[in-house]
Amino acid sequence: MARTISYREAINEALAQEMERDSSVIVMGEDNAGGAGSPGDDDAWGGVLGVTKGLYHRFPGRVLDTPITESAFIGAAIGAATRGMRPVAELMFIDFMGVCFDQIFNQAAKFRYMFGGKAETPVVIRTMYGAGLRAAAQHSQALYPVFTHIPGLKVVVPSSPYEAKGLLIQSIRDNDPVIFCEHKAMYDTSGEVPEDSYTIPFGEANVVRDGDDVTIVAIGRMVSVAEQAAAELASAGVEAEILDPRTTSPLDTDTILESVENTGRLVVVDESTPRCNLATDISALVAKEAFGSLRAPIEMVTAPHTPVPFADTLEDLYIPDPQRVVNAAKAVMEWKR
Amino acid sequence: MDERIAKIVMPKWGLSMTSGKVTEWIASEGDEIADGDELADIDTDKITGSLEASDEGILRRVIAEAGEDVPVGGTIALIAPADVPEEEIDEAARLAREEIDSGAVAEVAGPVTGTVQVDGRTLAYATLGEGEEQVVLVHGYGGDKNSWLFVQEPLSESRTVHAIDLPGHGESTKDVGDGSLDTLANAVLGFLAEKEISRAHLVGHSLGGAVVVAVAAKAPAQVASLTLVAPAGFGKDVNAEYLRGFASASSRRELKPHLTALFADPSQATRQLADDLMKYKRLDGVDKVLNTLLDTLLAPLDVTDLMSKVDAPVRVVWGRQDAVLPATHGESLANVRYVDGAGHMVHMEAPNSVVEAFTSPNE
Repeated sequence: MARTISYREAINEALAQEMERDSSVIVMGEDNAGGAGSPGDDDAWGGVLGVTKGLYHRFPGRVLDTPITESAFIGAAIGAATRGMRPVAELMFIDFMGVCFDQIFNQAAKFRYMFGGKAETPVVIRTMYGAGLRAAAQHSQALYPVFTHIPGLKVVVPSSPYEAKGLLIQSIRDNDPVIFCEHKAMYDTSGEVPEDSYTIPFGEANVVRDGDDVTIVAIGRMVSVAEQAAAELASAGVEAEILDPRTTSPLDTDTILESVENTGRLVVVDESTPRCNLATDISALVAKEAFGSLRAPIEMVTAPHTPVPFADTLEDLYIPDPQRVVNAAKAVMEWKR
Repeated sequence: MDERIAKIVMPKWGLSMTSGKVTEWIASEGDEIADGDELADIDTDKITGSLEASDEGILRRVIAEAGEDVPVGGTIALIAPADVPEEEIDEAARLAREEIDSGAVAEVAGPVTGTVQVDGRTLAYATLGEGEEQVVLVHGYGGDKNSWLFVQEPLSESRTVHAIDLPGHGESTKDVGDGSLDTLANAVLGFLAEKEISRAHLVGHSLGGAVVVAVAAKAPAQVASLTLVAPAGFGKDVNAEYLRGFASASSRRELKPHLTALFADPSQATRQLADDLMKYKRLDGVDKVLNTLLDTLLAPLDVTDLMSKVDAPVRVVWGRQDAVLPATHGESLANVRYVDGAGHMVHMEAPNSVVEAFTSPNE
């Protein structure tokens, strides 16, 4: 039965159902229980924003609070994965990837390749990304393009509670390292989610909205921004097709190309900074593979090439909003040679 | 308000419908309306269907113009005898308009959902209506109780109508055991037992048609009549490509082309339908369910022996454009209504034909 639950609850439910199904699934990270081993409540936090709350008591011994040492516990999770566990490690903020990046990009991502295909590393690294919570430059970045750049990693950016649950279950069952990027401003958004377990395959874009005039590819939280823009565009007579790639690696290039071949126009909406991000990657793909179909230059709606500002007014300006997407779509619609 | 003014309201076709859009008015203001006349085409988020009148009189006023989205239960038109004064109609129309505009539309009672336990599995169902006569609707391969959305409501006016989810489908447990017709028939019989229904009219579509034949053969005393809608098991030349394609499709892109085989009008295979089916197909266990049942369907399935044991009245409805189980399968059956302009999903494309067959007098 599908009921309406939050993005946070959808992720918690996916973890609980997989822990129930498979005893090799464990959860570990900073404050994933919170306060374990010290006086007071044992499950005080459930992660800094409460995503893993409740799992500690339900699955004794399988939710581990770790020291504030990403290099150690991300490395431990990857090592455990190579020995048959299915750890779901929480890298609290994606911005902290720097301190554990060797374990991720030069170890986990390379094992299958360097060991002749014989090694499997079924680790999931859940991590929070994104601006909007007034958390300043070191806790607000959208760094999924950095992981997308690395062969050997699968990168998931769920845009709704439904996608979050199905993609997380798929991530846990996958035998390769998966970076699962949750937007911190989406935890309280809600949507219909089936109670039963289900999986959404990697590399299959979701066609969020059908339209023949312009293709809008949007990542993660930007999908809802694109939907608001599409509603406004529709009232102006422009029908946008919205694609949510769901995973940036692997990327469903076929669906993107097919859509642009139909519409002839592309807008990519990506919350990350504009150099070497998903917007440039998808634009390059379309420019190379569907050049003959394009009726206007591609528009990219991204953050500016700056750190995320702390001032409220500047942060609000920093994040792509529906109006910017509308303007970009109108620009490609009205473009004349 | 004059009691002779009947309000035509936005129907609730299925559990998830909260509003609908009048796409076209078939009847016009001033028309004489008889019970069963088609009034308007209505678009839900699933499919477009025709709303039939259940009142008689003159269509005095259209409240919701074509293109307007109206919440379920909102008054979209008024029917009244010719001698109701125009001022009364004006006043009723004003109130109806205010109600829609304010959004304060009283929620229409939709089907009541529930579950029963049968053979270790949970079976889900949705019940509508309160009549003494009991009706059970059984969907086909890969379908669910919501596929009866246009049929359950009209049948429920004077009957209690249960739409069930077969094992492996909808919100029932995603397990069909050996997937045999007998297992599925036992699920229906288990439902009747759990709900303490001693005798029911059974309506089955496609695989569900074969299932209700098996039920009637096993437990003749419990079956008041059978209405078979494009039933499986009456011929060998089934569209195996569709069935295999449906079972194996792992994305909306793969699934959508197969869905057009279900309808005479391919535009009925909407993206919403494909999305809903993909959401079902992604659930744990469904892949095994569909492949197990595929073996039952392609064995090939033959229910002609079972049919010879059925002594309840039988009516059959078949879409002429059925591209899954061809209408020629109806040749071995009596009492068949062939419906032009309908494909395999007759109960969605031409629901009236199913309702008419069900209510037609016994031969």
